Amino acid sequence: MCLAIPMQLTAIDGPQGVVDTGGVSCDIRLDLVETPRVGDYVLVHAGYAITVLDEAEAVETLALLTELGVMDPESPE
Amino acid sequence: MSDVLEPFRDPGRLRGLTHRLCNLTPSKPIAFMHVCGTHENAIGRFGIRSLVPRWLRVIAGPGCPVCVCPPAEIDAAARLSLDHGVILATFGDMVRVPGRISLAEARARGADVRVVRGVHDAVRLAERHPDRQVVMFAVGFETTACTTAAAVAARPPDNFTLLLAHRLIPPALHALMELPDLRLDGFLLPGHATTVTGTADYEAFAAATNLPAAVAGFEPVDILLGLERLATLAVHGRVEVTNAYARAVRPAGNPRAIGITDKVFEPTDAPWRGLGVIPGSGLSLREPYRQLDALDRFGVTLDPDLPESFPGCECGRVMVGLVEPEDCPLFDNACTPSSPRGGCMVSLEGTCHSRFVYREVRND
Ligand code: SF4
Repeated sequence: MCLAIPMQLTAIDGPQGVVDTGGVSCDIRLDLVETPRVGDYVLVHAGYAITVLDEAEAVETLALLTELGVMDPESPE
Repeated sequence: MSDVLEPFRDPGRLRGLTHRLCNLTPSKPIAFMHVCGTHENAIGRFGIRSLVPRWLRVIAGPGCPVCVCPPAEIDAAARLSLDHGVILATFGDMVRVPGRISLAEARARGADVRVVRGVHDAVRLAERHPDRQVVMFAVGFETTACTTAAAVAARPPDNFTLLLAHRLIPPALHALMELPDLRLDGFLLPGHATTVTGTADYEAFAAATNLPAAVAGFEPVDILLGLERLATLAVHGRVEVTNAYARAVRPAGNPRAIGITDKVFEPTDAPWRGLGVIPGSGLSLREPYRQLDALDRFGVTLDPDLPESFPGCECGRVMVGLVEPEDCPLFDNACTPSSPRGGCMVSLEGTCHSRFVYREVRND
């Protein structure tokens, strides 16, 4: 029920948007997000974007894991 | 963010996080509860319980909005569809939840029950069928309630109404703390509900209960990161709320979604399967929007005499973490996903369903 999937916004038309995930596109509503932009990744739940994902935070979380000694994919075991 | 999911499923990072978790040395066994069906599904699917050390127990709480919905609300939906000839729109999971009769059974008797992706699709149905009444049976936590509010604020057509069964998570956490037999050391908080609400209510909850909490996302790295941070707090006796899902959750949440929800709804007391009536844990329409209430429009009332569950179904106690699905005598016996006896076995987010499908094995 609270499943929300990250999808990329490919078009905006007022409160309506189009998102794409892995080549599948669908219409969503944008009533709940401020100033979405084409290219943003949004979390989509029940047909509505509920937030715009913060790419910088995603990168930072992954960098922090590497810093903490939590291995990244390339490092040898 | 060329690939948004892959780095959060990476085996190397999972190994590293498991290693850090296993290096902690608590003085006694620790139990954390999550309150999100999507967490339970992901934990089962990715085998997270087999990765965590033996001293750490991860308990599923009342996190499935379909499962906490008591039979009286299902029954009202069935009566609306059968006795009043409405088009009843709802999420797919709701159709098979047992009640006096399920919506699937109502459909078999001729009711017009439609599965929709969300409330907006139900509004579109009302626009396409101006000669019919369309009722959206709206369930879900804060994540879904804001979408219902957005549809109301966007002025749906007159033939559209709502059967509201939304629930709020923080009041349920307070109710859980009143259960005498439940011993917890922290909460893994639901990433998508907090995307909407932010963390303020949970900061207050942590302070009031003296328990740490961690917001976590839904990929395996997200969940293990949340558990590792939470365990670190618990082992060091620190009470705070940490955000392990920063790419989606901001401390203030989504102010636009909060604003729309507050404009349309006010809190009301609501019953939860397994927890009884919890003050302020449901939502009702504020005065300017009351004409959208389906119960009022069709003169239907919730039947107070319906039992909470079927005889023998342990859903209520499974839902609050007091027993495991396997402890229910009906599990994988009289109750399976193809023939469910309780909501917990129907929904993809139900604890019994996840346990049945993923057959988790611990690494003991
Ligand atoms: S296994 Fe079935 S009957 Fe038992 S608690 Fe779960 S849903 Fe209820």
